[in-house]
Amino acid sequence: MLKIEPRPQPSKQMAYLSPLIAVGLTLVTGVIFSLLVGLNPLSAFHAFFISPIDDLYGLGELGVKAAPLMLIAVGLAIGFRSNVWNIGAEGQLTFGAICGGGLALYFYEVESAWILPIMILGGAVGGMLWASIPAFLRTRFNTNEILVSLMLNYVAILLLSYLVHDPWRDPDGFNFPESRLFSDSALLPVVLEGTRLHLGIIIALIAVVLGWIFVRKSFVGYQMQVAGLADLAALYAGFKRKRMVWIGLLVGGGAAGIAGLCEVAGPIGQLLPSVSPGYGYAAIIVAFVGRLHPIGILLASLLMSLLYLGGESAQMDLGLPSAITGVFQGVLLFYLLGADLFINFRVKITKTVATRSVGEVAS
Amino acid sequence: MRLMNISKLLLISTAGVMSAILSLAALGADSLKIGFVYVSPIGDAGWTYQHDQGRLQMEEALGGKVETKYIESVPEGGESERVIRQFATDGYGLVFTTSFGYMNPTIKVAKQFPKVVFEHATGYKSAKNVGTYVARFYEGRYLAGIVAGKMTKSNVAGYVAAFPIPEVLRGINAFTLGMRSVNPDATVKVIWVNSWFDPGREREAADVFIAQGADVVTHHTDSTAVVQAAEEAGVWSVGYHSDMSKYGPKSHLTAATHHWGDYYTKVAEEVMGGNWASTDIWWGIKEGMIKLAPLNQAVPEDVAKHVAEKEAAIKDGSLHPFQGPIKNQAGEEVVAAGTALTDEDLLKMEWYVEGVEGKLPK
Repeated sequence: MLKIEPRPQPSKQMAYLSPLIAVGLTLVTGVIFSLLVGLNPLSAFHAFFISPIDDLYGLGELGVKAAPLMLIAVGLAIGFRSNVWNIGAEGQLTFGAICGGGLALYFYEVESAWILPIMILGGAVGGMLWASIPAFLRTRFNTNEILVSLMLNYVAILLLSYLVHDPWRDPDGFNFPESRLFSDSALLPVVLEGTRLHLGIIIALIAVVLGWIFVRKSFVGYQMQVAGLADLAALYAGFKRKRMVWIGLLVGGGAAGIAGLCEVAGPIGQLLPSVSPGYGYAAIIVAFVGRLHPIGILLASLLMSLLYLGGESAQMDLGLPSAITGVFQGVLLFYLLGADLFINFRVKITKTVATRSVGEVAS
Repeated sequence: MRLMNISKLLLISTAGVMSAILSLAALGADSLKIGFVYVSPIGDAGWTYQHDQGRLQMEEALGGKVETKYIESVPEGGESERVIRQFATDGYGLVFTTSFGYMNPTIKVAKQFPKVVFEHATGYKSAKNVGTYVARFYEGRYLAGIVAGKMTKSNVAGYVAAFPIPEVLRGINAFTLGMRSVNPDATVKVIWVNSWFDPGREREAADVFIAQGADVVTHHTDSTAVVQAAEEAGVWSVGYHSDMSKYGPKSHLTAATHHWGDYYTKVAEEVMGGNWASTDIWWGIKEGMIKLAPLNQAVPEDVAKHVAEKEAAIKDGSLHPFQGPIKNQAGEEVVAAGTALTDEDLLKMEWYVEGVEGKLPK
């Protein structure tokens, strides 16, 4: 008989093993799936995991996609650890892109080394402003920050749509809903020659380090962790809940805002009606796959990015439909959540009825 | 950590060798590799579906001389640059990017790959190795408008539109002119859904029109939702992109359909023959890039005959849908009798003709 029982303490080993088990099972599923549809599993594996990153440009693309996920997820994780549920990263990203990108348009064709730092600051402030709405409503009126932050996503996206359709529309653009292309001084420099890898990856990596210091070394980080694990204990210890809500949302919002600015000043180079293929939502998954830990998030963002690129090259090399990416991401998360069970629980093989009766006789 | 690095190195180097072998193999066969970038899933009707039909037609016409690949659902903007570039690095000699939002990425990639030919649909930027192409969709719209004008009883048509850009405005205006050429009392209402593909909102907009008394609805969006709404409500519909009659067997009057296959075949032949040059193509009914889908059986014989005459007139150049006299919404004559709008005016169109209701969003 198999029995699942709670562990006395969460297993550290399993916390590290579970993502590996999940990846392993995803690969096994992939092999079975390939065989079922008559593909060579090796070439499928190659198309999915090797060919997207088999050259410098591919590695650069891995970073281009991973950077926003990493940056946003590190910021969100700080809130998530203390049970502050910011689901509005997509909106904060968009508002950050509006503020930072708006500055780029305001300083159109101005050549100055100050423009980029100002834009990055603008992105951060924009994201924080947008996140301060749910923070204020939560701390003042005790509203639910999940709902408020989520709904503000739509508001931010529609605001951007209005701006590129009307006031910020490119005057030479035949009325197409796009802003002008940013001038060169408002574009993030490329950090790896021959790729599109831009300054955003450096910012994301710095965020990982800062996130790690915050979690491990700072007293506020400690307070927030305690609050996440045991809210009442934190209150009893005199930790201020309101302050944590503010910190959680502002850090997440600021990170998302910078990520949004890096998208428009990086690979896109202008404001469009849509500036993110859902990074704000995907980052929530990345944060949890990475165990809300900065190093875990670093690895998880690379994995998510690779899965996405793999989906494209699977289309190109094998002619698989685009939906396959979503399937693989879903399968991976499914296994991960399944394997996570064993962090807090263990399987016990209970003795058979016969041995039990022997034991009873003996006693 | 070191172990990971070594295994990664191994993987990368094996992959490198493999791709080298593959590209050698590609050199051996001298077929032209052609890539297509699609903005939505192919599905079975709509913008991308018509482009894919064009790809298949070209493949069939040129047999083993070309080899095609497509990537669907590629988001516009920064994301598409990687996909377009991937085609160029993989040895594709010709790449079709089939949505407006691919314009800047296409130009960017084309600069880095001067030997690869790019063809971008519906944009306005070209380069030495980037040609543009678009169809005179408005010609089909005008003819469809004639059918709608003859069939409507309430004299009100509803038009579900995506974005207020010149291409869409030309369609609305041409449809209205077509309707009013046979039915001077007809008016056209417009709802903007601000999306190329959003079946839910397209459907809602169609329902609003029907509730307001429109008995013909049409759309400049990608889904079949409007045709389906009309079918259920028992009013007429005019499809777009594809012949959508299977989604509205009773209601579907006709559709202005796109046919890219001849152009794709021509471009591929030119690239293979070495005589391709960057052009800005704007083909219409005459070249067969735009066609009117078969008319609904309910359309009377004389109407069908009238439409066929007008179609022939557009083909031989004796009729231009934007031929004067044309009045704007304020009733002022903007195109004088005996003249027609120039292509330049058409490309910049930013106003409604008389008969369209509502204000143009600015």
